[in-house]
Amino acid sequence: MSALLKIDGLNKSFGGIKATDDLSLEVAPGEIHAIIGPNGAGKTTLISQLSGMAKPDTGRILFKGRDITGQPAHKRAGLGITRSFQITSLVMELSVLDNIALSLQAREGHSFRFLKPARKVTHLREAGRALLARVGLEGKADMPTKALSHGEHRRMEVAIALGAGAELMLLDEPMAGLGFEESRDMVALLTGIKGQHTILLIEHDMDAVFALADRISVLVYGHIIATGTPEEIRANAAVQHAYLGEE
Amino acid sequence: MTRKTLLSVGFILALGILPPIFYWTGNAFWLDLATRLVILAIAATSLNLILGYGGMVSFGHAAYMGLGAYAVGIPAHHWLYGGLEAWGLATTSGLVQIPLAVAVTAIFALLTGAICLRTRGVYFIMITMAFAQMVYYLIVSIEEYGGDDGLVIDTRSELPGLDLDNPLQLFGLAWVSLVAAILIVRMVINSRFGMVIQGAKGNDERMRTLGFNTYVYRLVAYVISGAMAGYAGALLGNFTTFISPEMMDWSRSGELMFMVILGGVATTLGPVVGATVFIVLEEVLSDLTLYWHLPFGLLLIAVVLFGRGGLIGLLNGRDQ
Repeated sequence: MSALLKIDGLNKSFGGIKATDDLSLEVAPGEIHAIIGPNGAGKTTLISQLSGMAKPDTGRILFKGRDITGQPAHKRAGLGITRSFQITSLVMELSVLDNIALSLQAREGHSFRFLKPARKVTHLREAGRALLARVGLEGKADMPTKALSHGEHRRMEVAIALGAGAELMLLDEPMAGLGFEESRDMVALLTGIKGQHTILLIEHDMDAVFALADRISVLVYGHIIATGTPEEIRANAAVQHAYLGEE
Repeated sequence: MTRKTLLSVGFILALGILPPIFYWTGNAFWLDLATRLVILAIAATSLNLILGYGGMVSFGHAAYMGLGAYAVGIPAHHWLYGGLEAWGLATTSGLVQIPLAVAVTAIFALLTGAICLRTRGVYFIMITMAFAQMVYYLIVSIEEYGGDDGLVIDTRSELPGLDLDNPLQLFGLAWVSLVAAILIVRMVINSRFGMVIQGAKGNDERMRTLGFNTYVYRLVAYVISGAMAGYAGALLGNFTTFISPEMMDWSRSGELMFMVILGGVATTLGPVVGATVFIVLEEVLSDLTLYWHLPFGLLLIAVVLFGRGGLIGLLNGRDQ
């Protein structure tokens, strides 16, 4: 198995706190790889280093065998890595469809195009509407983004990651703040795209993680203490102790 | 939507038609006022591109107008008194001066923007102001061009088929330029490029993770805006025929910001409405009292407090 993403001995400290501690991990093409861990385990810090928003102190990140450790965020996006944010990160001032269309536009090389109105570029708008239909937001396309609910924003994040054509989607808690029904819809949505995109999933919702993930890694104090299938993780004594609690 | 478009077109047309009528009916002063207004509206429109749509609060926009004006004044000066012939810069030809104004300001925007845009927020405001003050003091220090006494432009730019000594023709050129500036900004904003600029204003991090190098996009917008302001400066030099470093002072940049905010940021016509209200009020209030700055300042506070979308926002009435 050749890994799509290979993380090798990553370290990152903030002052005296080791947020990432000699972290190594491989993500196989096509899998949903979940990362679980208690609060403060360094999950979001890891995503930030993978997406290029933060620089590791030492260690390497390889994407498709290529060292991307020093690449800025916009370059990594061009290579096929897109992240979603734990705290919803959309352009609130623009419409729902504008947001999705921007992610599609990002795929078509540079955007130094000044003449034609972007909202009249038919193929972007139509592909955008199709993506919105896929995440169940087709009726909201022309609404201002800020008018949508939190759950709808979470689904927009997924549509944007899809729109950006990410080979590797870094999803930072897509279920954060969702109600029971909304979570169920999100699991169904992610199940639907399983296999088409490789997903590195950070999630607190254990039901969702065990329903979706092919493999799970457990992160504690910035270090991976175990990686395995959901069954193996469930059965792992160290994980039981560190995270899932004794039953 | 259609009502709004109709109002906008009506406003621009009135701005083009009324001043010549005043002129013909013996009120030449109002044509003068309107010419200044229209030229400043071009600069405000260019500022709106970066301030309103791009979220880049530049506090140095007057420097671009000043540079544009000196790009007219300096060649005219050498044409009269000699020097710089070898460079082809001793000329009164507008076909040299105006492209020079645009080129100089575009280059200045590129060089300073490359540094300014590494910063955000208050730092960006301060550093744009600092660069503008640098230009101010540079001009003050050059005695050949009058230093802080300023420079008289003896001969206006010569353009084929136009006589800028004719106030009606000068106004006509300014008005047509304003219409062009509005259309250019509109086109840029609605283009794919414009979507990236607006996206980066709303959420820079998101745009970067999508693969847009927002720094470069901002820089290009900054250059377009600076060059447009330079063009407006070339017109202003031709209008006043006297230019001095005072026109690049930071308070002048503040006035341009005031016009944009007063009229309504990130609206097509906001800067034009803002410039109109600014110039007309300044005129009327300074006629009434020497202390016109006070009611003027109070007005700005009121608009910022109560009309968050500026005057255009108040006109629209609806919350969008």
